[in-house]
Amino acid sequence: MDKLRLRFEKTGRAVYISHLDLMRVVQRVFLRAGVPLRYSEGFNPHPLISICLPLSVGTASVCELMDFRVAADVDLDALPDALTAAAPGGIRFLECYEPRRKAAEIKWLRIEGVFEYDGADASEILPRLEEFFSRESIPVSRRTKRGEGVMELAGNARDFSFVRAEGGVKLSCTVSAQEPTVNPELLVKALEQLDCALKPDFAGFTRIETLDREFKPFR
Amino acid sequence: MDKRLKRILPRVQKPARYTGGEYNEIIKDTAAVKLRMAFCFPDIYEIGMSNLGMQILYGAINAEPDIWCERVFAPWGDMAEEMRNKGIPLYALESGDPLGEFDAIGFSLGYEMAYCTVLDMLDMAGIPVRSEERTELVPLVFAGGTSCCNPEPMAPFFDLMVLGEGEEVDIEVLRLFQRARDLGWSKTGFLREAAKIPGVYVPSLYEPEYNPDGTLAALKCLDGAPEKVTKRIVADLDSAFYPTKPVVPSTEIVHDRVNLELFRGCVRGCRFCQAGYVYRPIRARSAEKIVELGRETLKNTGSQEATLLSLSSSDYRHLTAACDGLLDWCEPRSISLSLPSLRADNFSMELMSRLQKVRRGGLTFAPEAGTQRLRDVINKNVTEEELLNTCRIAFEGGWNGIKLYFMLGLPTETDEDVLGIADLAAKVLHVWRESSPNKQRGVRITVSTSCFVPKPHSPFQWEAQVTRKEYRRRVELLRGAITAKNVTYNWHDADTSLIEAALSRGDRRVGAAIENAWRRGARLEAWSDYFDFNRWLDAFAECGLDPEFYAVRERSEDECLPWSRVNMGVRTELLLRERHRAYDARLSPDCRAACSACGAQGMLPKGVKCDG
Repeated sequence: MDKLRLRFEKTGRAVYISHLDLMRVVQRVFLRAGVPLRYSEGFNPHPLISICLPLSVGTASVCELMDFRVAADVDLDALPDALTAAAPGGIRFLECYEPRRKAAEIKWLRIEGVFEYDGADASEILPRLEEFFSRESIPVSRRTKRGEGVMELAGNARDFSFVRAEGGVKLSCTVSAQEPTVNPELLVKALEQLDCALKPDFAGFTRIETLDREFKPFR
Repeated sequence: MDKRLKRILPRVQKPARYTGGEYNEIIKDTAAVKLRMAFCFPDIYEIGMSNLGMQILYGAINAEPDIWCERVFAPWGDMAEEMRNKGIPLYALESGDPLGEFDAIGFSLGYEMAYCTVLDMLDMAGIPVRSEERTELVPLVFAGGTSCCNPEPMAPFFDLMVLGEGEEVDIEVLRLFQRARDLGWSKTGFLREAAKIPGVYVPSLYEPEYNPDGTLAALKCLDGAPEKVTKRIVADLDSAFYPTKPVVPSTEIVHDRVNLELFRGCVRGCRFCQAGYVYRPIRARSAEKIVELGRETLKNTGSQEATLLSLSSSDYRHLTAACDGLLDWCEPRSISLSLPSLRADNFSMELMSRLQKVRRGGLTFAPEAGTQRLRDVINKNVTEEELLNTCRIAFEGGWNGIKLYFMLGLPTETDEDVLGIADLAAKVLHVWRESSPNKQRGVRITVSTSCFVPKPHSPFQWEAQVTRKEYRRRVELLRGAITAKNVTYNWHDADTSLIEAALSRGDRRVGAAIENAWRRGARLEAWSDYFDFNRWLDAFAECGLDPEFYAVRERSEDECLPWSRVNMGVRTELLLRERHRAYDARLSPDCRAACSACGAQGMLPKGVKCDG
């Protein structure tokens, strides 16, 4: 036993913990729970922990994956509860196992979201959202590290469904997780840039499931 | 979580500091508790969460099962603006409830530049800032912390102020307040009773009277208020409450580590240093206790760093034993141990070498003054020889950066003393040339100066601060004298120091200037992002006051000082003696070499010795 994978939730108040902060938080969770982590070698040893798909601040998830390495055997069945007991509110560990696949094989993410509209009638908006996200081309411009770029959302965000919810519309869809990485916030950006009237007053997202190339759950 | 808050949080910088939910946060059932207190820190989360005093009091108050104490910090500008725009009142992190729902609101006053933030936090909660505007008993708005040792500038805003260490007296105040609330006492009735608790200063029971020249004539006691309020201390640290389960922040803060307090007080008696006088008498923890607390806290937090705190760690008698005990635990777990506030002597250097095996960056020393004469004036018992020796050991040991801190504007300072700083830096550089085993790496010597701020309850409490113009002249003088390429000179501006000096030795009228500055937008004034000197000048002027009256005027030794009703444990005669010795550049021995009979010993129970 060396490489291990944890599946965990990050919801509630924990959604505001940034990716970098989360790295430090989980390191301390491991230490408090007494997990024998393996450290890198060198002058400044750091624990070998990596979070497979970094999550934006404000986005919730019930399907986070984290790989780490241990220096001694641990009880896989008992570990999630022990870690949850040592974690801040909103972080809950679900299962721990020895991974058989590489995180690079994650291709899709099933996500859910809420679009809140303060003034508008959601039942009038819903069909227009359905129309918008079924267009053949949805080019969104966005700023990346390399400057301004345009991403084609059509094809990289798919399988949309919309239902009415309190204060707005609930949506569910599948977005490309890697190559390219589609941040759900781009859905809002697309509305803002291409059909401003549909732009919600607030949008919140939750990752539901990690999927592989064949749209099967990735573990 | 409030729906409006949910919309704001993704838009502001570092939202995790506004949500609570951290590990070890204390949650209680509002229906089951009898009293709710909001512990307010008038600065941002990253600063407040690094404060050991707050961790101690949060834990000590929550150790009372029927009192729930929650944390409140000042939001950064972007969040404050969003909250005001959306009408979201300031709330506590644990429950998310607005401050208005609390019985008691307690502020920690550690430094003067936080004063405006207190008013802003009250206002963000919709609570009137002046005590007299709050006619009901609930909420009680009070304060504690070092800055309360001159309670007068903030007197208009607080119902009561607690002097000294709060572990015991805070709970006594809260219990009396609880009884007053349950029995329906009036606010004035409660405050009269509260004034009887030792360590409690009730501003409304002291009435200032002024002389025609603007100086204070008297602080009249009303309604049987005590002539003197004596600060409170915890007599025995080993048995005192210690926060071994502190809240572990989920986001980065300034000092993100386990704090272990070695002792309170200081044996040195540097004459400029308020802390060296107001934290007396000296009380130490045992080494066994330090090790026990350290292990427990590290286990409970998962922290990878611990630091030993005190005013002068080299003076802790059991330092080696405490470090050895902690290292036994820390080393196998890759936990680092740090030791700030060391004196520049050989023993300390050996210890540093043991603690910092790998990373050897910079060392910091504070000679405070450039010549031996001036160091003798301020009773800083460090000689040039000792300092250079320590630097030599450091350079030989592989350190390649030294920071030297000085103050400009100390009493009796001459141009020769100012130039002495440049000399000293040059000598340190020379030592490096002689002793560094690896000259290719180069060396960084940084000289920093700040403008001396005379503080209440120190032997220099009567002294004048130099004017800003004079400070700048001395800065230029020093700047011209520092020529070596390897020596960097940084100077703090004197604008903040002038305001700090005016607030620190101000009387009750200064409260109006604080309020005026806040109404003009002052908050988080300890941050250069927000500090606005002209705003302060305007605020003082509009109140008919001059900050220089408080800062750069030497007080006569018989002047009635705004903090004259406060007894911090040290006799005024001792402060005067030290002031006079300063003028003779005459040293006073440290407390261990010869007790100065400062009076602080009298605060301990009979039979307990100071520094015992």
